[in-house]
Amino acid sequence: MSAPLLQVTDLCKYFPVGRRGILSDKRRVLRAVDGVSFDLERGQTLGLVGESGCGKSTTARAIIGLHPATSGSVRLEGVELTDLSRAGWLPYRRRVQMIFQDPYASLDPRQTVSSILTEPLSIHRLVKPKERKLRAMALLDAVGLNPRHIDRYPHEFSGGQRQRIGIARALALEPELLLLDEPVSALDVSIQAQIVNLLGELQERFNLAYLFIAHDLAVIRHLCDEICVMYLGRIVEQAPRDELFESPRHPYTQALLSAVPHPNPHTERTRERIVLAGDVPSPLDPPTGCTFHPRCVHASEVPEERCSRECPTLVSSGSRSAACHLP
Amino acid sequence: MAQANRERWDLGGTQMETLLTEVARFKGESLWQDAWRRLKANRASWWALVFLAVFGSVSILAPVLPLPSPTAIDLQIEPQPPVAPWTELGNDGYRREYWDLNALDEGLVSLRQSVFGDWQFSNWLGTDAKGRDILSRIIWGSRTSILVAIAATICSLLIGVSYGATSGFLGGRIDNLMMRIVDVLYSIPFIFVVIFLITIVNEYRTELEDNWGINREVVFYVVIGAIYWLTMARVVRGQVLSLRETEFVEAARVVGASSARIIFVHLVPNVLSIVIVYLTLTIPAVMLFEAFLSFLGLGIEPPKVSWGLLAVDGAEVINPVRIYWWLIVFPAAAMGSTLLALNVLGDGLRDALDPKLRGKD
Amino acid sequence: MATALDVRDLSVRFDTQHGNVQAVDSVSFIIEEGETLGLVGESGSGKSVSSLAVMGLIPSPPGVVTADAILLGDRDLTSLNAEALRKVRGKEVAMVFQDPMTSLNPLLTVGRQLTEVLEVHEGLSQREAYQRAARGLGDVGIPAPEDRLAAYPHELSGGMRQRVMIAMALLCNPKVLIADEPSTALDVTIQAQILELMKELQERHGTAILLITHDLGVVAGMSDRVNVMYAGRIVETADTAPLFDAPCHPYTQGLLGSIPDLTGVAGEDLYSIPGQPPDLAELPPGCAFAPRCERARDECTAAVPATLEPAADRLSACLDAELLAREGGAR
Repeated sequence: MSAPLLQVTDLCKYFPVGRRGILSDKRRVLRAVDGVSFDLERGQTLGLVGESGCGKSTTARAIIGLHPATSGSVRLEGVELTDLSRAGWLPYRRRVQMIFQDPYASLDPRQTVSSILTEPLSIHRLVKPKERKLRAMALLDAVGLNPRHIDRYPHEFSGGQRQRIGIARALALEPELLLLDEPVSALDVSIQAQIVNLLGELQERFNLAYLFIAHDLAVIRHLCDEICVMYLGRIVEQAPRDELFESPRHPYTQALLSAVPHPNPHTERTRERIVLAGDVPSPLDPPTGCTFHPRCVHASEVPEERCSRECPTLVSSGSRSAACHLP
Repeated sequence: MAQANRERWDLGGTQMETLLTEVARFKGESLWQDAWRRLKANRASWWALVFLAVFGSVSILAPVLPLPSPTAIDLQIEPQPPVAPWTELGNDGYRREYWDLNALDEGLVSLRQSVFGDWQFSNWLGTDAKGRDILSRIIWGSRTSILVAIAATICSLLIGVSYGATSGFLGGRIDNLMMRIVDVLYSIPFIFVVIFLITIVNEYRTELEDNWGINREVVFYVVIGAIYWLTMARVVRGQVLSLRETEFVEAARVVGASSARIIFVHLVPNVLSIVIVYLTLTIPAVMLFEAFLSFLGLGIEPPKVSWGLLAVDGAEVINPVRIYWWLIVFPAAAMGSTLLALNVLGDGLRDALDPKLRGKD
Repeated sequence: MATALDVRDLSVRFDTQHGNVQAVDSVSFIIEEGETLGLVGESGSGKSVSSLAVMGLIPSPPGVVTADAILLGDRDLTSLNAEALRKVRGKEVAMVFQDPMTSLNPLLTVGRQLTEVLEVHEGLSQREAYQRAARGLGDVGIPAPEDRLAAYPHELSGGMRQRVMIAMALLCNPKVLIADEPSTALDVTIQAQILELMKELQERHGTAILLITHDLGVVAGMSDRVNVMYAGRIVETADTAPLFDAPCHPYTQGLLGSIPDLTGVAGEDLYSIPGQPPDLAELPPGCAFAPRCERARDECTAAVPATLEPAADRLSACLDAELLAREGGAR
């Protein structure tokens, strides 16, 4: 098997917070991403799931160079991306692109769709200048919009249409890898379905690899081949899709799956649920040992209070892995 | 990795060319056009704009209009009351007396003389104690106000916007330092600086003028510009700080845009609307400041005219016996209405450019 | 069972300088005591505006609210003046909003905001009010409630804030609780907690709940009856299970079909309703859904379809309602 397209190893992103102590140089550290590792093959979709504060968006931004990583390695077909300068990144912009969450904030309101789509082309000097607009129109067509609207402004489009424009922009440089940061969370249900279908089509058509970040498990299940579940900056479980949904191993994954409401009144009312106690802890002050243990229903089953002392590492078995002390 | 020579994706773009002709039909309305439309719909702002446009044109065309000279002195015992236009439209007493006008204005005055000869408007708004026509002085005085406004605007724009945008974009310690400098400058009471500088200029007036070409007026304009860029810098920096974190700026970075491109293509256009609003609100403040300084004798000197000097003239003749109301009422009305119009326009612009209301019909 | 809230023919129109927008068009529904009615729709469907209209919170210059009657118990809210309506609001009808960050006053402590409700509506002294408030916080599962009273909203997590909002709404034991997307802004595990809490409280107090949401999973779990709204009109009304089993309106069908869910075959294309939701300022003639409907025919655009009753206790504003009911029944 060829080398994976994207290899992330032990990626960490810490943010110093608060004031420096007068006497010491110590500042509190927010461990937004704390040792994340995964591989992504060409043409595959890897899902990164978790609730707010788990670090999934930060992971994506660290991979694409928006936040410089604190430590760890991100390799694109063997090339290390974390130590690239801004100029060094330029050729790789053509290989890795990103789609953002908020369709109302991710397009510059003062630019026409034409400018938005031709900007990447002119930065990288692709396509002859006269043909750039035509290329932009072709991109609009590829995402299901009317190419005649090329000279319109973002505020003249609906949320779903704006998201399509964002997708078209990401495709302008013909990348191999797309990072999608909650691309459908801000959209209505019926539009979500359209965009999800579009993403699937585009992936097949252009053989794209997706790193799909979301908190909606149902959408994840629909698009992803493999899924990583994140909690407070760490991956707590990683598995191929069907295995994750049929037999989740980590208690957090189980709780997460249980918490998703089923649009089926017969099962929804009668099914057994795992309702977690308490709130998601602040990433500034994570619990000791396994960060999930205060909310875990099984923590008491592990002898010697191991859960509060020792942080479990990801243990693989076959194609999946989980970070839990439970046997 | 032969990435540079990758084959282009086949997006089926050949039919796009035929659609180009239809694109114009679907052309969108930019936010500027939307804002302009909304401004026009706002009655008060629209009339303010019209008023300012008319006033501005009259002011610029002052040398061509058959106004009496603003400096032609006719020493009389007391100021002459206004003469209504319908009583006497004009007379033939024009005297060509001005201060040192620049070449363009000289030319315009010559043009005016050739067209109107010795005819001039009568003293529709009365005269002051030295026999100078009030209407003419108001109009010529407005030119000073406009000059001052332009000076402050240019300084604000050039210095303030770039300082603020750079500070906001760079962030961190540089931003901190730059803003602390602004804070320090802000805390200086400018009236003292102005007095100080102008006193110095007065002392060494001849030297400065001969050797360096600096005259009091230049100092005056420089000082005004120096004060008014500070607020603009702060405002722009605040906007840039918040815009920096928006997704479309992140998207620009992800696509490979350089810092220069981000600042000029993405940040500045999005900051412009707030800049425009602040400008229309700064200009009245500047005009008042100029009037105030001139009133104190620190600004424009006679024979030149400014609204501040008009206020001085009016104040000089206040006495409980005779009320020369036209000396105060008309200049005050001129100044007041201009400032009001600017403020109303500024308000209207703020509403028109408000992003929350944009595109909403 | 007695009726807690009976809304008859409610309409809300916004008169702007660029035209009139009919945000809500002839909406009628009934909530029995102790029942939960789900109001489902996407953005622009008019569900939030309807609830604000019931509470009398639509600003009057642009908004014009008309209704045959809004009966709370046996009182008609439309006949009350502003003063009387204020007394009802918060005491007999309470509302929980979507974003707890913006719906709590950041400058007042939690305790102050809770006691304000009690002081206004029940004339309690400060001390009594604080005691009641602490009890209220305890009821919604907040640990150490007395300590929490002194906290400011920003010191609490999203889930806690939403609990505070619910506590505030239930303090005066209202007959009707309107919950406008109460869990949408929360993480899914916290969402589960909040919904459990609401169910529990409903059982304890017998409150009728108007649950407004776009999440059909939440509706399936919490509501007894469902109204589906589209472009300001109610297009379908039914008990929850029959609605999900056999929807009688193409929009409901489309909506149900386009949700990816955790069961069923993964990876297949989702059914997606073609087109966009309509612009309320320029509604298409006849049925607002017709441009996106596979079944649309000429009669659909000729006039707004009347509300039919395709089966017992079910309403649908579609000409094909009975056809769909039969198809659904056969499945």
